[in-house]
Amino acid sequence: MYLLIIAILIPFIATALIPLIHNRIGSLHIGWLVLLVPTALFIIFALQIPAISVGEVLNQTANWIPSLGINFTVYLDGLSLILALLITGMGSLVVLYSIYYLSPSDSFPHFYAYLLLFMGAMLGVVLSDNLLVLYVFWELTSISSFLLIAFWYHRKNSRYGAQKSLLITVFGGLGMLAGFMMLHSMTGTFSIREIIAVIGQYTDHALFYPAMFLVLLGAFTKSAQFPFHIWLPDAMEAPTPVSAYLHSATMVKAGLYLVARFTPIFAGNASWFWTITIVGLITLFWGAFCAVRQTDLKALLAYSTISQLGLIMSLLGLGSAAMYFGDGEQGALYGLAIFAALFHLVNHSTFKGALFMAVGIIDHQVGTRDIRRLGGLMAFLPITFTFAVIGSFSMAGLPFFNGFLSKEMFFTATVNAAGLPAFGVSAWGVLIPVIAWIASVFTFVYCMILVFRTFFGSSQLKKLDKQPVEPSIGMLISPAILCILIIGLFFAPNLLGDYLLRPALNGVIPGISGAAPQISAWHGFNTELFMTLGIVIVGTLLFLTFRSWFKIYRLQPADWTFTVLYNSFLKDLKRVANWITTHYMTGHLPAYFAYIFIFFIATAGGALLITGALSVDLMADSPISIYEGMLVAVMAVAAVSILFAKSRLTAILLNGVLGFSIAIFFVLFRAPDLALTQLVIETVTTTLFLLCFNFLPEWKKEDSPKRTKIRNALIAIGGGVTVTLIGLTVNSGELFESISGYFEDSYELAGGENIVNAILGDFRAFDTMLESLVLFIAGLGVYTLIRLKVGKGSGKDEHQ
Amino acid sequence: MNINDVILKTVSKAVVLIILTFGIYLFFSGHNEPGGGFIGGLVIASAFVLMFLSYDSETVSGALPIDFKKLSALGVLLAMISGIAPMFFGGAFLSQSFGYFDLPIFGKTELATVTVFEGGIALTVVGVVVNIILSISEDE
Repeated sequence: MYLLIIAILIPFIATALIPLIHNRIGSLHIGWLVLLVPTALFIIFALQIPAISVGEVLNQTANWIPSLGINFTVYLDGLSLILALLITGMGSLVVLYSIYYLSPSDSFPHFYAYLLLFMGAMLGVVLSDNLLVLYVFWELTSISSFLLIAFWYHRKNSRYGAQKSLLITVFGGLGMLAGFMMLHSMTGTFSIREIIAVIGQYTDHALFYPAMFLVLLGAFTKSAQFPFHIWLPDAMEAPTPVSAYLHSATMVKAGLYLVARFTPIFAGNASWFWTITIVGLITLFWGAFCAVRQTDLKALLAYSTISQLGLIMSLLGLGSAAMYFGDGEQGALYGLAIFAALFHLVNHSTFKGALFMAVGIIDHQVGTRDIRRLGGLMAFLPITFTFAVIGSFSMAGLPFFNGFLSKEMFFTATVNAAGLPAFGVSAWGVLIPVIAWIASVFTFVYCMILVFRTFFGSSQLKKLDKQPVEPSIGMLISPAILCILIIGLFFAPNLLGDYLLRPALNGVIPGISGAAPQISAWHGFNTELFMTLGIVIVGTLLFLTFRSWFKIYRLQPADWTFTVLYNSFLKDLKRVANWITTHYMTGHLPAYFAYIFIFFIATAGGALLITGALSVDLMADSPISIYEGMLVAVMAVAAVSILFAKSRLTAILLNGVLGFSIAIFFVLFRAPDLALTQLVIETVTTTLFLLCFNFLPEWKKEDSPKRTKIRNALIAIGGGVTVTLIGLTVNSGELFESISGYFEDSYELAGGENIVNAILGDFRAFDTMLESLVLFIAGLGVYTLIRLKVGKGSGKDEHQ
Repeated sequence: MNINDVILKTVSKAVVLIILTFGIYLFFSGHNEPGGGFIGGLVIASAFVLMFLSYDSETVSGALPIDFKKLSALGVLLAMISGIAPMFFGGAFLSQSFGYFDLPIFGKTELATVTVFEGGIALTVVGVVVNIILSISEDE
C-alpha cells in the first residue's frame, strides 16, 4: 500500500544498517550488499512502467503533521518515473563501478552510507508532492553531496570544493524555501497537485513573480546554471563514481526536474520563458567555451556538464511557450522543446556517465587525468578508448548515437522559437538558434580534444607513473552497459519515447496532445541537418587550428571570474564576522549574563508593555499561608547571603537552599511531579558544581568599579521585576485559551491519569521530542568542547 | 584508603540499588501516578553518578560497559521511531495510542505506545547527564 514511500525509505534504512554489518561480513566487499538496494528499487520502479505509460499516476499519502498541512505524499507520474529510474539505474551501475574503483585504504562504510543517503534523498525529491517534504529531501541531497565531495577530506581542495558546493546550493535552497512559503501563503496548500489546480486564480497576486524567481534560484544553483556554475568544477574533487552519479547524472538534474515540475504552475508568461531560456543559453555557451581550455579531463567534463545542463534548461524555457498556447497546433509545436529536454536529460545521463567512468579508468590505470601528460593511450586501453569515442561522439551530436537525435530536436526547437509569435520575440529571436549553434561548435571541439588528445598522438610513457593496462572486467561492465544504451537508443528511440517520455511530457504540460512525436533519425535535408554538418566542418577546422586561436582565452583577466568574487566575498564575510564577534565575546562571564538579561528584559518586558497585556490583579488570589511566607523569607535570606559568601562551597550550598525551597513550594502547592523533578535536578547540579570546582582557579573577590556594580544591580532588579510581572500577569489575565480541557480529558484521550505526563508524552509530544533532541545536542556539545581539543586530530590533513 | 571512602562505598552499594529500583518504578508509574520518562531517567542517572563518585571511573566503566553517548543517541532515535511508526498506520507523526489487554499474571493491563516514547526520553536523559558529568570529571 505504501510501496513508494517504503521505496524512498529503503536507502535510509540501508544507510543505518551499514555501520552495523560492515564488520561482520568478513572479506566480502560491502559494495556487493549495497548493490542490492538500487537494483531492487530499479526493478520496483521498472514494474510501474506499464501503468504509468498509459497515463495512470500513483498517489500515496502517509500523514505526517496534518495539522500544518505537511503530509508525506508521494506522487509518481511519468516525469517522476524517468528520474526515479535514472537514480536507481545509474545508482546500480555506479555502485558496481565503485567496487573496483575504490582503493582498500578508503573507508567503504562511509562512502556507501553517504551514497545511499543521497539515493534516498534524491528519490524523495522527485517523488514528493508536498513542498516542505520536497525541500527537506532537497537539502539532504546537498548535504550528502557535501559529504561525498569531501570524502577524501585530508585534501585541502576537497574541503574547499565541498564547502563551495554546500554554500551555493543551500543558499539557493533557502531561497526556494521562501518561494514555497509564498506559494503556500497564496494558495493555502503545500501540495503541488493542489497548487496546480488553483494557481490560475493567483497569477496577478503580488507574490506570484517573487515566488517564481525564488524557486528558479533554487533550481539554477542546484543545476549549476550561470553564474552559480562555479561550484561544479570544484566538486570534481569527489571520487569519480560520485562525479558520474551526483554531478552529472542525477543531483544536478534536480534543478531541471524542479523547473519541469513547476512549469504547470508558473509557465505561460514572458518572465518564465525569458529567464530560463536566457540563463540556459548563457550557461550552454559559457560551459562549452570554458570546457575547451581545460587540461584536466574531469574539469573538462565538469564544464561540459554545465553546458549540457544549460542546453536542457533552455529547452525547458523554450517549451514553456506551449503553456501559453494551450492545446492545439502551436502548443504541440513548442511543446516539442519539452520533449527534447526530457529526451536529452536521459541521453546526457548515459553518455556523460560513460565518459566519467572512462576518465575514471584512465585516472585509475594511468595515474593522471592531465591531457598534457596523456596521449597515445589507444594502444594500451582499447576498450576504454571505445567507451570514450561512443560517449564523446554522442555528446558532440553525431549520428548513430543517441545524442544526435536529441541534438537535432534541440535545433528544431530553437529554430521554431525564433519565429515565436509571443513574449516579444521578434528579430532578436534569430539569436536563439545562432547561440545554440556556436555553443555546439565548441561542444564538438572539446569532444574531439577529449578523444584525440588522450588516445591518439605519441604516447608519453616516461611521464606516467605506471604502465597503463585495461582494468579488471568489473570496472568495464558499467560503462559498457551505458555504451550499449547510447547506441541502442539511437536505433530504437521510440521505445523510450512511447513508454517514458510521452507520459513525462504530460506531467510537465498537462493536456498537450501531439507534442510527443515519433523520433526518427532522418528528416530529409532540413535546417537542422545543415546545422549539424556546419558544426562538424567548423568544429574540425577549429580543432585543427586550435593553437592559433587559443589566445582568446587570455583575453579574460585572471581575476575577473566568479570564483574570485566568491572567494573574496567569503574572506570579507569571515573578517567582518570575526571583527563583530571579538568585540562582544570578551570571555568575561558577567558581560554575557548582562547581554542575556538585558535582551530578556527588553523583549519580554517590552512585549508586556507594548501589547498592553500587563494586568496585575491580586484580588482573586488565595491567601498566603504562614508556611509560604516563611519559605519566601528563607529563600530571600539565602539569595542575599550568596552575594556575601566567602567561598565557593558556601555559595553553592546557599544556591542549593534556594533550589530545595522551590521543591518545598511545589509540595505545598500539591505538585508532586515537579517537586520530585526539582529535588533530583538540584542534587545532580550540585554534584556538577562540585566537580567543576576542581578546575577553577582560586576564589577571589572581584573589584569592579562602582558604576559597573550599580549597572549590574539595575539589570538584576530589572530581570527580577520582569519575571514577577509576567508571573502575576499570567495568573490574572485571560490571554490564551485555558489548557484545563486537557486536565479533564486526559484519561479518555490519552489513557493516562497523570495529566502532566499525558501532556508531555501525548498532547505536546512534539515539544518533548525536540527538547530531548536539544538535550542530546547539548550533551554532545559539552563532550566535544572538553574531550576533542584542537590539535588532537590526525596530523595528515592538509591545512588551509 | 580514607575511612570516609569506605563508608561511602559501602553505603553506595546498597543505595544505588534502591535508587535504581525507585527510578525504574518512577518510569513505569508515570502514566497514572507521579513519575515518567524524564524524572525516571534523571533518578537512574543520579544512581550512576553516585557510583562514579564513590568509585573511580575505570572501575565502574569496567563493570558497566555502557557508552553513554551512544545511549543518549539511542534514546533520541527511539523517541523518533515511536513517532514515525504511527505514520504507517494512518496516524499523524507522534500520535500515541493505548489499549487494555488481559495479560497472564498482570490481569487486565493498559498498554500504551507512549511508554516507548517515554523510554526514549529516559534513555536520552540518562545518557546525557552521565556523559556530561563523566566528561567534566575525567578532564585533565
